[in-house]
Order: sequence, then C-alpha cells, then structure tokens
Amino acid sequence: MKTLKELEEIRQRTLESVNLRKDRTGARVVVGMATCGIAAGARPILMAFLEEIKNRSLKDITVTQTGCIGVCRLEPMVEVYLPGKDKVTYVKMTPEKVKRVVAEHLVNNQVVQEFTIGAAEKND
Amino acid sequence: MQDLSLHILDLIQNSIAAGASLIKLTIYEDKEKNWLTIDIEDNGKGMDKIAMRRAADPFYTTRSTRKVGLGLPLFVAMAQRCGGDVVLKSTKGKGTSIKSGFQLNHIDRPPFGKLEDTITTLILCNPDIDFVYIHKVNDDEFKLDTRDIRQIIGDIPIEHPEIINWIQSYMKDGLNEINGGVQ
Repeated sequence: MKTLKELEEIRQRTLESVNLRKDRTGARVVVGMATCGIAAGARPILMAFLEEIKNRSLKDITVTQTGCIGVCRLEPMVEVYLPGKDKVTYVKMTPEKVKRVVAEHLVNNQVVQEFTIGAAEKND
Repeated sequence: MQDLSLHILDLIQNSIAAGASLIKLTIYEDKEKNWLTIDIEDNGKGMDKIAMRRAADPFYTTRSTRKVGLGLPLFVAMAQRCGGDVVLKSTKGKGTSIKSGFQLNHIDRPPFGKLEDTITTLILCNPDIDFVYIHKVNDDEFKLDTRDIRQIIGDIPIEHPEIINWIQSYMKDGLNEINGGVQ
C-alpha cells in the first residue's frame, strides 16, 4: 500500500531536476476531451502519451486537454505544438499511433504525415 | 459511454468549463442495499433555473462548435435504465451538484472502468483545480485530496510525471484495498 510519505521522497528526489519556471517552453500535447473525444477513446490516448513520456524520460512536455475540436467524426484527436512550429493535428488516434508520434514527432521533430488531419481529409 | 469512469470524466468536464476550482467526486457502493450513488459537486459558476432545466436536453449546449450536448443526457439515461435517477442542483455564482443513485447489480449497469485513469487525467490536465475523490464500499473508504498532496510536494508541480504516476498507483492500490470499483 502506497502512503503519502512516499511523496516526500519523490519531492526530495525531483526537486533538483524540476523546471520551476512558469513559462514553459517545451512541446505541448493537447487531447480533445469533450463527450465526442471521451466516447471515442481520448483517455487511453492521453494515458499512452503519459506512458511513453515516462518510458523515454522526456522532459518539458506538457500533456493537457481541450474541449471539442469540432470534427467529432475524426476523434480521438490530438494537437501537437512544438515551439516556433505550426500546430499539427492528428486524427483517429490509437495507442499504437501515439508511440510513433512520440518517437518521430516529439523526439525526432518529424511530423507523422499519414496520421494528420490533412491526410485523413484527402482519403475521404 | 463504455463505463462509469468515462461518464464521470465527461460530467466533470462541465465543472471544469464552469470555472470550478474545487471538484468533489463521491462514489458509494452500498452492497447491502444494492445501491450505487455517484455525486459530483463543484464550486463553478452555477446555472440559473432556465439553464438547469435545459441541461439534460441533448439539444442544449453552451458550446459553439456543435449543436448538441450529450454528456449529462447520456448519464441520466444510464441511471434511469438502471432503476435510478439523477438530481441536478445549482446556484448561480455558487456551484452545481449532480447526485445520482441506481441499482448496483442492475444488469444494465455499466462496469466502473478505470476510475484511477479518470482522476489521473483530470489532475494532469487541470493542475490548477483541486480534486477530492472519495470512494466508499459499505464501511470502507478511500480518499484522495489534491490539497493534501500539494501540501507535501510544495514547489513540485502536481502534473510532474513522477507525481502523476504516483497518484495513479496510489489510487489503484487504494481502490484495491477496499475492493472498490470492481467490474
């Protein structure tokens, strides 16, 4: 059974490495979390990002949520913002796709074109 | 919605949209009475009587991206399907509460799902909001209060991966301990 005491240890351990600046400059991953997104599986997508970020010990990436992005039929949707770059919107996400987005886009700076909204619209 | 944890995630989005700074979720499994209650309370901006009357109407929404609002109507339909109901109370400027109760072992009752993932998601995505989660099974209780956590971690942001990870397993263990949210 975990206890609140462990939090104190985590605090001690992370205090040095933590970026305490409020003005975050890193990447931002935004998951659509309205009724449409949740019903389509947004939460497992968010958890998959969390897992990948943890496994790769990536720093300075913010994972957060937004409401309905407006194209409910393409949910789960994810927007990726890299500093100084245009927003990239990924659609019909799966936990498998998340792995590639993390590896190729967040780590190696290469947009996964085939998962983007642009590619999805072309196929329709 | 596939399970109760997703309904809860969806309902709490309304509290977030209402600008709440404190959101309290209480789940009570009363096995003797075969009754399950799920209550959500927030200190958001609340609704007037007209908005409240329309809140359970699927063709009412305050958002502009589309014309339907299905979150609450889906939850109400689920509760009624399971021999229960939902009561909505709201005071403009003070907050809103949703109280629901329905049969625990009703054949149509959706599984609980991953409650710990719902709460983890909410905390991660809304680090400025405080969440209280109480889960009772008969006389046993598990409680998580982000205000307690913040007090211990001090300057470390609550959305830090290590903290989020800890919160997730803390809940998983805690729910296991009381046998809460099983199936």
